Amino acid sequence: MLEEILVTARSNPHVDPVMDVWGWEISVYLFMGGLSAGIMFFSALMLLMKKDRETPFAVNGLALLGLVVLSLGMTTLFLDLSHKLFVWRFYTTFEPTSPMSWGAWILILFYPVAVLQVLSTFRTGYPFFAGLVDSLPLVTKIFDLAERYRRLIAWLAIPIAVGLGIYTGILLSAFSARPFWNTGLLGPLFLVSGLSTGAALTALIARQHAEKRLFTLIDAGLIVAELLIVALLLINLATGSRPQLEAASMLLGGSYAGWFWGVFITLGLLIPLLLEYFETRGALRNLAMLAPVLVLIGGYVLRVIAVDLGQETTWIDYPSEFNTQLLERLH
Amino acid sequence: MARYAMVIDTLLCIGCGDCVVACKTENKVPEGLNRDWVVEATRGTYPNLTTEFRSERCNHCSHATCVYMCPTGASHHWKDTNIVLVDPNKCTGCKACIAACPYDARLIMHPGGYIDKCTFCHHRVEKGLDPACVSTCPTHCMYFGLLDDPSSEVSELLRTRNYKVLAPETGNQPNVYYLT
Repeated sequence: MLEEILVTARSNPHVDPVMDVWGWEISVYLFMGGLSAGIMFFSALMLLMKKDRETPFAVNGLALLGLVVLSLGMTTLFLDLSHKLFVWRFYTTFEPTSPMSWGAWILILFYPVAVLQVLSTFRTGYPFFAGLVDSLPLVTKIFDLAERYRRLIAWLAIPIAVGLGIYTGILLSAFSARPFWNTGLLGPLFLVSGLSTGAALTALIARQHAEKRLFTLIDAGLIVAELLIVALLLINLATGSRPQLEAASMLLGGSYAGWFWGVFITLGLLIPLLLEYFETRGALRNLAMLAPVLVLIGGYVLRVIAVDLGQETTWIDYPSEFNTQLLERLH
Repeated sequence: MARYAMVIDTLLCIGCGDCVVACKTENKVPEGLNRDWVVEATRGTYPNLTTEFRSERCNHCSHATCVYMCPTGASHHWKDTNIVLVDPNKCTGCKACIAACPYDARLIMHPGGYIDKCTFCHHRVEKGLDPACVSTCPTHCMYFGLLDDPSSEVSELLRTRNYKVLAPETGNQPNVYYLT
């Protein structure tokens, strides 16, 4: 049976012939959202575990990056909106059935907590910049106050980080119309990937060898967890209904196979896992930059695959033979 | 929820495309964009072929995933009916509803930027008129009415004829019916 939109045209931009309403802006945003969740999570966790001496960068310097990364992500998210002047409409309502509405409010919660995290560790983390403003009485008071409550702030940060990380996956999984997305495993997958990229970034930037080693170890554990969730996701897809099977074949053997097996699984998970294994045993020190960079690339490629492939998978699929150039010839 | 349904007789439809033209004229849909379209479905092996024409549009689902996914409440059910509308003053153009529609029935309104779709011509329905596509159809193969009223033409047709809806397995409970 062949079903075609033949009689009349349907060439709605970004919907026909294949849906691509969301592009790199959304992939970058989902990646940055996960990364900033990982950053907030580990900066708070290390502070709560009193690892000030073992992991000085994670406790004192990392949180500032979370603000920067999420702000970049929210910028691309804003770029994606096609009716930009009405962006404030996200904040005149709360729609409990819409994960995007939950996300909009989680993003708003992230900022004050991240700012408090930075304030509570700024003197130790960025002594030069803190010294510039610390002589102002109000600033001194703010720093003092934030430092006194730094554990409470870290406790607030943990659930917000987990919420942000998991929401970036739920955002996609709630779309029953897109069979590839429609699995609850995307939530934990994006959370673990976000934590992994956060740990990788910390290992990349931290100066102390012990701190680098700890975060390399954490990242290796998270990569193993991520591989397990990916395996569950594939089992779920490959044993699903017709639209899910179509998504599985595109991912495993179709147009996305190279990106999935070659870049995400091999370059983004397996090779860094091997490198990290050797690094924690003291070998391959001069390659220490490589594993975290690959993890970050893998994390981004996962978001690209998810966003692009998910939109292509559908319940209804017509070949549309309509050619817009024919219309232009009529003029 | 009052349920409005569109019933389209595929045995009478000849695929002339007047419903599409009527919609574009009535709703001033910009060039290059479509709120409705006609599908030609050919089954069988030559020379034993059958062709079905289907005039398709938003299904105005009772379980409308586009409404559930909208983060701002711009996508909504009109006046406690199943008619799904978008309020341009609430729409941010996030495109969640486009991804949420299993029928790919939504479009980005250029150059406005907000999301646009079939409205079942609610501005005509309000006055007791049929949607533009239905009232234009030269073969009179399209019907419009209230499903909740057992004496309505659409209820009568669905009681007496064979029909199908598109992809009922999505769970969206579509309200455009095709008589077969």
